[in-house]
Amino acid sequence: MVATPEKPEYKVIGTRPVRPDGMDKVTGRAEFGADVKLENVLYGAVLRSPHAHARIKRIDTSKAEALPGVKAIATHDDFPKQETGSLDLGEGSANPVWLVENVLAGAKTLYHGHAVAAVAAIDQHIAEDALALIEVEYEVLPHVIDVREAMLPNAPVILDDLRTNVRAKGADTPKDVPTNIALHMRIEKGDIAQGFEEADVIVEREYTTSQAHQGYIEPQNGTAFWSRDGHLTIWCSTQGTFSIRNQCATLLGIPESRIKVVPMEIGGGFGGKLTVYLEPIAAVLSKKTNRPVKMWMPRADIIRATGPTSATHNRVKIGVKRDGTITAAEVNLAYAAGAFPGSPVGAGAQCALAPYDIANQRIDGFDVVTNTPKTQAYRAPGAPASEHAVEATLDEIAEQLNMDPMDLRLKNAAKEGGTNSAGQPWPRIGAEAVMQAVKNHPHYTSELHGDDTGRGVALGFWFNGGMESSSSATVNSDGTVSLILGSMDIGGSRASLAMQLAETLGLTMDDVNPHFVDTDSVGWNAVTAGSRTTFAGGWVAYDLGEEIKKQVTARAARMWDVELDQVTYEDGKITGPDDAEGKPRSMTFKEIAKQLQRTGGLIAVSATSRRNTQGAAYAGHIVDLKVDRETGKVAILRYTAIQDVGTAIHPSYVEGQIQGGAAQGVGMALNEEYYYDAEGHVVNASLLDYRMPVANDLPMIETELVEVPNPGHPFGVRGVGEVPIVPPMPAIRNAIYDAIGVRLYATPMSPRRILEETLPREDA
Amino acid sequence: MTTDERIVVTSTINGEERQWLSSSRDSLLEALRERLGLTGAKEGCNNGNCGACSVIMNGRLVNSCLVMAAECEGAEITTIEGMAQGEELHPLQTAFLEEAALQCGICTPGFLISSKALLEWKPDPSEEEIRFWLAGNLCRCTGYDKIIRAVEKAAEEMRS
Repeated sequence: MVATPEKPEYKVIGTRPVRPDGMDKVTGRAEFGADVKLENVLYGAVLRSPHAHARIKRIDTSKAEALPGVKAIATHDDFPKQETGSLDLGEGSANPVWLVENVLAGAKTLYHGHAVAAVAAIDQHIAEDALALIEVEYEVLPHVIDVREAMLPNAPVILDDLRTNVRAKGADTPKDVPTNIALHMRIEKGDIAQGFEEADVIVEREYTTSQAHQGYIEPQNGTAFWSRDGHLTIWCSTQGTFSIRNQCATLLGIPESRIKVVPMEIGGGFGGKLTVYLEPIAAVLSKKTNRPVKMWMPRADIIRATGPTSATHNRVKIGVKRDGTITAAEVNLAYAAGAFPGSPVGAGAQCALAPYDIANQRIDGFDVVTNTPKTQAYRAPGAPASEHAVEATLDEIAEQLNMDPMDLRLKNAAKEGGTNSAGQPWPRIGAEAVMQAVKNHPHYTSELHGDDTGRGVALGFWFNGGMESSSSATVNSDGTVSLILGSMDIGGSRASLAMQLAETLGLTMDDVNPHFVDTDSVGWNAVTAGSRTTFAGGWVAYDLGEEIKKQVTARAARMWDVELDQVTYEDGKITGPDDAEGKPRSMTFKEIAKQLQRTGGLIAVSATSRRNTQGAAYAGHIVDLKVDRETGKVAILRYTAIQDVGTAIHPSYVEGQIQGGAAQGVGMALNEEYYYDAEGHVVNASLLDYRMPVANDLPMIETELVEVPNPGHPFGVRGVGEVPIVPPMPAIRNAIYDAIGVRLYATPMSPRRILEETLPREDA
Repeated sequence: MTTDERIVVTSTINGEERQWLSSSRDSLLEALRERLGLTGAKEGCNNGNCGACSVIMNGRLVNSCLVMAAECEGAEITTIEGMAQGEELHPLQTAFLEEAALQCGICTPGFLISSKALLEWKPDPSEEEIRFWLAGNLCRCTGYDKIIRAVEKAAEEMRS
C-alpha cells in the first residue's frame, strides 16, 4: 500500500476484521430476496413479449383464470394512469409513464421479453402453466436494435410522442419531429478549432461497445402483502429501499407512508437493482388476493428484460503537439437507452476526458431509444464506453509520437486547480499519483516474454457520489453501540460503517452492531450506488460518534460534578480533573455505559449527511495477455489494478471491489454481449451463452492501493467500487495490439472478432 | 401441460431423515427451498450454469436445480446448512471469512459446497485445479482472487 505522509494513525481503519454479517453468509442463514418465508404465500410469474416491437391488440386471460390453483392475473390496466413527470431513482430519474409501461407493457411491447401479464397461483409450476393459457394477439411492428440505425431519419419510431431534448448550443439537431433521439447534449470548453490547429498530430477513430449485463447472481425478486387496512409491505433485495417505496407509491397511486419496504440481503446489484420490476406486480396481485405474493425472475428474463448497459457507438478525435501536449479533443457519443430514454450518456460524456487537462474540448452525447431492454446503471454507468474510446486513441497517439503511453498521460494529467470538462475546478485528486504508480510498478517495468503476448495500460475515472444518508445509534448498557442503517450492504458496508463508528469512539469493531432496517425504522437514505455508501454512511457514522462522545462527556462531567471543559474523550476513555484526593478521574466507554441508565438514561442519537464532498476516483490497470492465433481466444496472463482509494477502511474489501470490478471489465472486454437475430430476439439469454468470466478465465488480480485522502471526509474516504470497471476494456485492447499488431475497434474482443481480423479473408 | 402429481419423498438431509410432499415437477432445489425451508442453496439460473444451488448428493457434487426431487428417495444430501458441525465451522467457512472471500454472499453457499467436494477428492489441489473445479460456480463480485486464496488456505489447514 502506498500511503501519503499525512495519513493519521488509525486503530480500526485499515485493519481487516471479519465482517459482521459473515457468519450468516457462510452458513446459509442469510436471507436474500427469494428466501423470505411467509405463510399462505402465492407464487407469481410473468408472461413476456415474444416480439421486439408489437402492438398489443387483445389480451384474453379467461383460460388462465379458469386453471385450478390460479388466484389472480394482472395487466397494465391494473395500474392507475400516470402523468408525465420525473421520478428520482437515485442514480438518474424516470418518467412514471414509461416506468409503469416497463413494469407491464401498455399499448405496445417494445423489446423481446417485455412484460405483458402476470399470474399468481398456489404453486410456481401452476403459475407458469397459466402463462401458457393467456392469449395475446399482437400486431408485429418493424423494430430497430442498432443505435446508429435508430438515429436514422427513416428508422421505425419506437415512442410516438418522443421529441429530441436539445441541450447543445449551436447544434442543428431537429427538435420537433418524431424520433428515437431523446437527447442531444454537449459540453464544451476552450476553442476546439484553434486547438486542432495547434496540433502536430491528429488521430480520429470510431469504436463500438456491446450491451453488457450487470450479471448479479441473485435474480430480481419481490414479495408483497397488501393488507386489508391499506398498508403494503414489500420484501425485496434492492440497492435502495426508499427509492423502491417511492417508485411503488407512484405506480400504485398510494401515499408513501402506506408502504414499508423490508430489505433482504442483496445478491449483487452493480446498478441493476435500483428500479422496480416485480415489486409493483406482486403488490397488485396481493391486493387482488389478500395473500402475500412472492416473485423472482427466471435468468432468461433477467437477461432479456432487466437493465443491461448501453450498446454504444463513439467517435474520438484528439490533437497533440510533438511533445505530447494534447491541444484539442472532440468526442461524440451515441448510447442506446433501450426501450425508454435514459442511457448514461451524460455521465459518459463527463467522464470521457476526466483524467486529462485539455484546454480545448467538445463532447456531444446522444441518448437513443431502441427495441432493447431499458438500460439501467451498471458500475460507473456510461464511463467504460466513453473512456475506452479515449484511452484506445491515446495508445495510438503514443505510438505515433514514439512516446511511452504513461509519459503521454502524465504530460496531460488532470491536477488540483485545473478544471474538468464542464469547467469546474478539480479539488485534490489522485490522477497524477495513480499514473506515476502505474509507471513505477514492477509489473510495468518487467520484461514480457513469449510469442503473441502483449501488454496494455489504461486509465479510468469515476466521480463517486455523495447524496443523503441517515442513521441512528444507541449506546447499550454493556458498552456496545447499535448502528441502525438504511443503505443496503452490497458487499461489506456493515463492516466499513461499523469500523468508522468504532474509530470515532475509540472502540473495536466488535463493539458496534450494525443493522439494516426497513423504511419505517430509519431516516431517509439515498440508494446504495455511486460508490457513495462508505463515504456518506461514514460521514454519518462519524457524526453519530461525535454526538455520542459529546453526550458521554457531558454525562461524565455531571457525574463527577466538574466543568464540561475539564473532561476529555480520547481512545474510548473519558478523563476529568483529579479528584479531591488527587486521584485521576477516568472511565472507559464501557464503564460509563453501564451507569448511563441510572444517571439520566441511555444515549440514542441520529444523524443525517447531505454532503457532496466525495472525492473523484482514478484507476490505472496493467494487463499482460496472450492471443491464441488459432482460436482467437485471449488468455490474461497477469493483471495489476492500481487505484486512488482515498483511505481504505477495510483493505480486503477495497481490494475485493477492485478485483471484482476488473473482472467485470475483463468480461466486457472479451466475451459479454447480446446476440440478436433478424427478428430482434435475444438469442443468448442464459449464463452459458452470455459468457461471464469464470474462475479459470482469470489470474490473481494484483492490487495497489494508492491513498490520497479525500479532504472532504473525516477519514479521507473517496469511494472505490465503480472506477475499476473502466480501464479493463482499453487496457486489454491496447495489449492485444501489442501482442499481434491488430487494433480492434469493436468490443467485446471475442475469439470471433479476433479471428475476423487475423484470418485471411476468403474473398481476398 | 404436465400433470402435477404429489409424491412423498424421504431423504437424509444433513444427517437428519426428512420426509416431505413434493410436486412431481419439483427439482431438488425447489424442494429444499420451498417445501423444506432450507434456503441456503440459491437459485441463480435454474439450468445448471451458475452453481449457486450446489449440494452434495450421495457423495457427489450436483446442481440441485438439475436433480428432480423424486430422484432423491433414499438419498443422502449435504447442503450448506449442514457444513458446520455444531459450534465448529468447516475450515473452508473460516477461511472464507478470514480471507474476505465473499462480497454479496449469494454465491458463497455454492462455492463452499463445491470447494468441500474438491478437497474431499483432492486435499492438495494446485491453483489451476481449484480454478477449473470452481469454473461451474459463478461469482460476479470478487473476481475469484480471494475465493481461490481461501480454498488454498483451508486446504493447507485441513492437511496439517
